[in-house]
Amino acid sequence: MSSHQQFMPHFQEELTQLKSRLLVMGGQVEEMVSDAVRALVERDNNLAEKIIRDDEIINKLHLEIDERCFKLLALHQPMASDLRMIVSSVRINSDLERVGDFAVNIAEAALRYLRSPSVKPLIDIPKMADIARGMLRDSLNAFVSQDAKLAQETLDKDDQLDELNGRVFSDLLDHIVVQPDSTKLALELILISRHLERIGDHATNIAEGVIFIVSGLDVRHHAQDGSVS
Amino acid sequence: MDKRSYANEEKLMKPLDSFSDISFQVRKKNSGKKLSTKVNVENLNFYYGQVQALHDVSIDIPLNHVTALIGPSGCGKSTFLRTLNRMNDIIPEVRIEGRIRIDTDNIYESGTDVADLRRRVGMVFQQSNPFPKSIFDNVAYGLRINGFVGNRVELSERVEASLQAAALFDEVKDRLYESALTLSGGQQQRLCIARALAIRPEVLLMDEPASALDPIATQRIEELIYQLKEDYTIIIVTHNMQQAARVSDFTAVFWLGRMVEYDRTDHIFTAPQQKITEDYVTGRFG
Repeated sequence: MSSHQQFMPHFQEELTQLKSRLLVMGGQVEEMVSDAVRALVERDNNLAEKIIRDDEIINKLHLEIDERCFKLLALHQPMASDLRMIVSSVRINSDLERVGDFAVNIAEAALRYLRSPSVKPLIDIPKMADIARGMLRDSLNAFVSQDAKLAQETLDKDDQLDELNGRVFSDLLDHIVVQPDSTKLALELILISRHLERIGDHATNIAEGVIFIVSGLDVRHHAQDGSVS
Repeated sequence: MDKRSYANEEKLMKPLDSFSDISFQVRKKNSGKKLSTKVNVENLNFYYGQVQALHDVSIDIPLNHVTALIGPSGCGKSTFLRTLNRMNDIIPEVRIEGRIRIDTDNIYESGTDVADLRRRVGMVFQQSNPFPKSIFDNVAYGLRINGFVGNRVELSERVEASLQAAALFDEVKDRLYESALTLSGGQQQRLCIARALAIRPEVLLMDEPASALDPIATQRIEELIYQLKEDYTIIIVTHNMQQAARVSDFTAVFWLGRMVEYDRTDHIFTAPQQKITEDYVTGRFG
């Protein structure tokens, strides 16, 4: 038993529960992202509809975790790493909720896309989903293990997603030029690609939160090199 | 390990991990206006008989700022505070090594006028200790024993100004000649602050000034401290970390007679550099 647990068992227990609930939420949204793209690739309407329904679970977790954070702040007035942990948890909670929304957006786009035959083989979008899901998983693992190095590695992966998103956009534009009647479906895929890219941004935010918790260093907006205005 | 100078933050920041170097750059860039030193302590060692209570404490305390001293009971923070106006001199068998300067004056130099030092460095204690006299006389007392030469009107003006500065005048202006003991605890503490201010000290030492007060009275004292730093250099010992966080600009952390960290208060309470500080402010020991 650590000295902290000896002195503040109640607070420590509450913090552990907060982390645990964030991980439950993280696991859930990670699965939703993965399933949303699987529903698209495997043309599974039922799976897409399930994801839309599951958003309710995420919304409830979002409210519950926010309330836990506010109570911990108000009742314990935490300092230093405990303060950084709770403030970051509030932010991570919002990021995860947004990722859940993007998974729903992807599922909705998939449902619209699945009304017609595919316009092209899906290669880059599943790749993007893998990277986005990997970033989410790594950022959450970094959160659990307080691993700033892993968090930094997550940040570095965001460029791959951005690059793929650009490629998907440009490929689909070319496709629209060649087959104008596929514009509507191509736009759905562009949207899905854009949502996956945004999920990567939120995973990046989570990783930045982990670096803040571990080191006290705010790396958002390149604050560390002074270029933030 | 030199942790004394806020002007030299490079020495103050001890990197804990690879991120600290970057963190230091951010802090250095954000470290505000230039500060002047009011109290300079160099290599202070303090002994009660054979027991060493302070080990090699060095610190520069800035003019017109509030500096908080925090740490668990017995860490030496009150002992340190009392070295600054030689209050420890009255305890038998104490011994002190090192140097303390107020401005350029070494206060432990032989020939130092200790009464004059205590005029320059006023003190407010945990328990308010008004004299069993009128409110007016409590404030006027210090002036009289310090040889105030003005007439009755000038004396009244000084008393009023001191009560104003201590944010008490409006509450007591109609009963200045009633006993100070009729005041509430919070008012008595502000009266003691007024008494300390009347002789126009340069530095104000506060040893747990609000720990015996209710939250409203505490809030008034804290607001007062915030206002007083315009004119005084304030050094406050407190066990209440939220209070240190609210009122002070700089915080020094004491642990087993050593000063383990000294930094801007927002740094100490959000991202301290020393593990002992981290453990103390998060309640991992107490």
